[in-house]
Amino acid sequence: MSKPILGFLKILGSAARDLAPIVLVIAFFQIVVLHKPFPDLGSVATGLACVVLGLALFIQGLEMGLFPLGEAMAQALARKGSLSVLLIFAFALGFGATVAEPALIAIADEAAEIAGSGGVIVDTMDSKDSYAFSLRMTVAASVGVALVLGVFRILVGWPIQYFIIGGYILVVVITFFAPPEIVGIAYDSGGVTTSTITVPLVTALGVGLASSIKGRNPMIDGFGLIAFASLTPMIFVLIFGMLA
Amino acid sequence: MIDFLGQLMATFFSTITDVLPIAGILFAFQALVIRKPPAHLKRILIGFVYVVIGLSLFLVGLEAALFPIGETMAQQLTAPGFLGIAEGSDVNWRDYGWVYVFAAAIGFSTTIAEPSLIAVALKAEEVSGATLKASHLRFVVAIGVAIGVSLGAYRIVSGTPLPYYIMAGYAAVIAQTLWASKSIIPLAYDSGGVTTSTVTVPVVAALGLGLASTIPGRSPLLDGFGLIAFASVFPIMSVLGYDMIATWLRRLEHRKTKEQDQ
Repeated sequence: MSKPILGFLKILGSAARDLAPIVLVIAFFQIVVLHKPFPDLGSVATGLACVVLGLALFIQGLEMGLFPLGEAMAQALARKGSLSVLLIFAFALGFGATVAEPALIAIADEAAEIAGSGGVIVDTMDSKDSYAFSLRMTVAASVGVALVLGVFRILVGWPIQYFIIGGYILVVVITFFAPPEIVGIAYDSGGVTTSTITVPLVTALGVGLASSIKGRNPMIDGFGLIAFASLTPMIFVLIFGMLA
Repeated sequence: MIDFLGQLMATFFSTITDVLPIAGILFAFQALVIRKPPAHLKRILIGFVYVVIGLSLFLVGLEAALFPIGETMAQQLTAPGFLGIAEGSDVNWRDYGWVYVFAAAIGFSTTIAEPSLIAVALKAEEVSGATLKASHLRFVVAIGVAIGVSLGAYRIVSGTPLPYYIMAGYAAVIAQTLWASKSIIPLAYDSGGVTTSTVTVPVVAALGLGLASTIPGRSPLLDGFGLIAFASVFPIMSVLGYDMIATWLRRLEHRKTKEQDQ
């Protein structure tokens, strides 16, 4: 057997291992706790085969495509030496990666529903649509700002905790002034913005940037972009809730 | 089978629309600013195709095999009939024991399978020169999510305000940051954001909504949210905690060898 096939089989094996806990947990609760039979084994088995194969392909593609591209672009942009280009790139990537994110679209619609029934906005289709749209734009812009701040931090090499702890304090302070209906959504929006394709790309970007700038340590300076991207949406959505 | 293929195609196209804006921005900067194709362009493109196909298969498979069971299970476990609670009686958080166990177990197991966490963990292993094993990091993060989701379920049952918990979590993170080693802090902060994506969110959100809609006095719209927030704060605490324990053990080991030398 050739080497790449053997390598892929190995990834396939570890993907199956990654999935095993979910299957065990669901089987345990279904059979032991709820006393229900395991439903439709055929479709579950097909589904699981898809999940394992999909995860293995994703990881293979990660190493071949997303990681090298993220790092190559970070290095090429760092060599260009133009701060503004790098920051514009960071904003565009953050905004573009978030604006079409399905999880965000779902949460924005839900938030519009709450605002409509809570009397925050007029309970009509039009006003709810425009509320959901502005919320989505707010979150996408906040992720753009997050990457700009994060890339700036890598360039100057300041410790990340100053930014993140400062951000936490800001979240706590704004929470007192924001309408209670928006708080749950705001806190959740931090977690949903970072999708499975964005995370590897942004991580590779940070690590690539930190390793191509003299005096930066990829471990200390390269990570942290995702942390920014999960913090700023909370702040922006809370402010959005106060203004809307 | 036709149904399945149709769903596969639909997911495939939605994954592509998700990737398209990113691909467009990367392409524009590559063509207008860098003006030089990256090395191994063909390999990178094949990698992208793998990522899109892999992610689509992954999502369709979850949709077919696990999400429906996980979601019904969340509803069944929170139903008053299963918990043996009489209609109209007061809510006692002790009646919901299985819910907390389920929350922890499902939080842990979905995090282990989370593709974005796998990506960050692989990168961290590479950057740290394999001193930080990817599997260790994922295990520690999954423990954090398990504790977080379980506590989040308790919050919905008890009806206590979300901000208090999150603020307490922040206070713990700030205190731990003062003690943790410098090199782990950015990674720990990152692990909060990566845990909650494709696998964890649907099942955990279903659990939150199921709980909030079956417990009298809770509104699914107000109380159903917030579990994701728990799942994003607690991994930061568990990763920082892991680092503190590892440093302490190293020091202990160091002292022992020193004593033996004397």
